[in-house]
Amino acid sequence: MSLLDIKGLSYVAGDKKILDGFSMTIEDSEVHALLGTNGTGKSTLAYLVMGCEGYRPTSGEIVFYGNLINDLKIHERAQLGITMAWQEPVRFEGISVRDYITLKKTDVDPAHSLEMVGLHPELYLHRMVDKSLSGGERKRIELASILALHPKLAILDEPDSGIDMLSTQDIVNVINAFKEHGSSVLLITHREEIVIIADKASQICNGKVICSGNPSKVAEYYKSRKCLVCNGEVCAYV
Amino acid sequence: MSELNALMKAFGEAGGDKAILENNEIAHIAVDGHKLLSMNSVEGLVVDAKETMTGISAKVTVIEGIKIKNPVHLCFGVLHKKGTQKIKMDVRLEKNSSAHFIAHCVFPNAEKVRHIMDAVVDIGEGAEMRYSETHYHGLYGGIEVIPKSVVKIGKNGRYFTDFTLTTGRVGKLGMDYSVEAGENAVTELTARVFGHANDDINIKEKVVLSGKNSRSIIKTRVAIEDDAQAEVTGITEGNAEGARGHVDCMEIVKDRAIAKAIPIVNVTNPLAKVTHEAAIGSVDKRQVETLMAHGLTPEEAVDIIVKGILK
Ligand SMILES: Nc1ncnc2c1ncn2[C@@H]1O[C@H](COP(=O)(O)OP(=O)(O)OP(=O)(O)O)[C@@H](O)[C@H]1O
Ligand SMILES: [Mg+2]
Repeated sequence: MSLLDIKGLSYVAGDKKILDGFSMTIEDSEVHALLGTNGTGKSTLAYLVMGCEGYRPTSGEIVFYGNLINDLKIHERAQLGITMAWQEPVRFEGISVRDYITLKKTDVDPAHSLEMVGLHPELYLHRMVDKSLSGGERKRIELASILALHPKLAILDEPDSGIDMLSTQDIVNVINAFKEHGSSVLLITHREEIVIIADKASQICNGKVICSGNPSKVAEYYKSRKCLVCNGEVCAYV
Repeated sequence: MSELNALMKAFGEAGGDKAILENNEIAHIAVDGHKLLSMNSVEGLVVDAKETMTGISAKVTVIEGIKIKNPVHLCFGVLHKKGTQKIKMDVRLEKNSSAHFIAHCVFPNAEKVRHIMDAVVDIGEGAEMRYSETHYHGLYGGIEVIPKSVVKIGKNGRYFTDFTLTTGRVGKLGMDYSVEAGENAVTELTARVFGHANDDINIKEKVVLSGKNSRSIIKTRVAIEDDAQAEVTGITEGNAEGARGHVDCMEIVKDRAIAKAIPIVNVTNPLAKVTHEAAIGSVDKRQVETLMAHGLTPEEAVDIIVKGILK
């Protein structure tokens, strides 16, 4: 049985069809990269799988370990082992990095989680997860907190955006750490050097998967712009 | 049990450290109702306190150039169910002195209690004062807290105050703080209040930036639930060249509670600048969703967010 099985998922917002018969499966401990140009519906897909407010499938099924989860709330999905790092993580007031990482998991070592994302624990454990953090620092702390949850499925929406080019290896390390824990990852990214460490990749365009398989091949296909978001040649997106 | 022991027991239950009163290197005043139960002073700190018909009248002076090392603890309690306590404080920090006062206001059994604080504070040139006031209320809500202070900060002086009322019912709060900042003076006023049931919160904080290059921040954090009400007025006047002020008010509202924020900004010198931000509403949805994705229920998430804001 697959960990996640998305079948013919459609999502309409207003009169815009954002997802249109999107299908994808993710297996246990699989890192699955999702590529696609801006505005193709990647974040929308992430919100639908996480179950964010207002994001319920117009049609289609989201199946987790054989159970239909279309109608579950975020925390109910989190309890099943699904979690997500938002593309733009929100900031809080008065919550320390240490508390944030150990919110639900009092047995984890927050210092270790910070090291995993390339931050020095002594400099960050006592900081607040608030406006004073830089964009990249906030993203890393989000990754550390998600890592500490040991999820079954981590949805990472562009974990590399806002992270400097020189630190790509940090992100690669984090993704490998998920794999070592046996977590699966739905990895939304635009960076090829990160795509290639995935086990599988899919390209989304016009609300559906237009190409799926070996990560280097999918990245190659994406770059070749056969579906030039789009010349309409492959996916009929205009 | 002696009255002092009873007060210390309530103080301990409210999270206070009783050892403070036994350490003679730490200055303190302990008052129950209108009885002065215990007092200790340290070098450089002159305290002249006396009982009045309804409370205590104290004159506190920090001598020029003296920096009081340990915080000075002020324990004000009303352990009875009923009563009025009026504290009159006249605080003077002489030139280049500094002190940190921590007031613990403990009213665990209040059914009909009024606590009135009337403070006049004078901070001399280059002096620095920190004043933290934390309230521990019971669950009856029969308390009325009326803290009033008028503060004057001299040249290069600094004044920081922090008012916290997040344990137990607020009852009725009528806070009125007013600060005048001289040349290069810096001040920061922070208030955090959590209201429940039919608590009635009224906070007024005013800063007049009358000195050149004086600076201020008024920060208010209020959370209210059930049928509680809150009105927060933050006033800043920029009257001198280079004066900078900011008013930052956030009120989180749940259930049927009603919140109001009135920021008043008044600038009379074109080289002064005062900004304000006020946010009133329910808890941020993205914050709640993020915590839910970490496995918290919506109730747990809201609880953590509100606690964070009031911290
Ligand atoms: N509530 C909505 N109503 C109308 N259009 C919407 C709504 N939400 C999203 N969209 C549109 O749907 C499209 C997909 O948005 P989404 O955020 O999923 O894109 P994305 O693939 O994550 O893009 P990016 O790479 O820029 O992050 C965009 O064109 C967006 O403007
Ligand atoms: Mg996106």
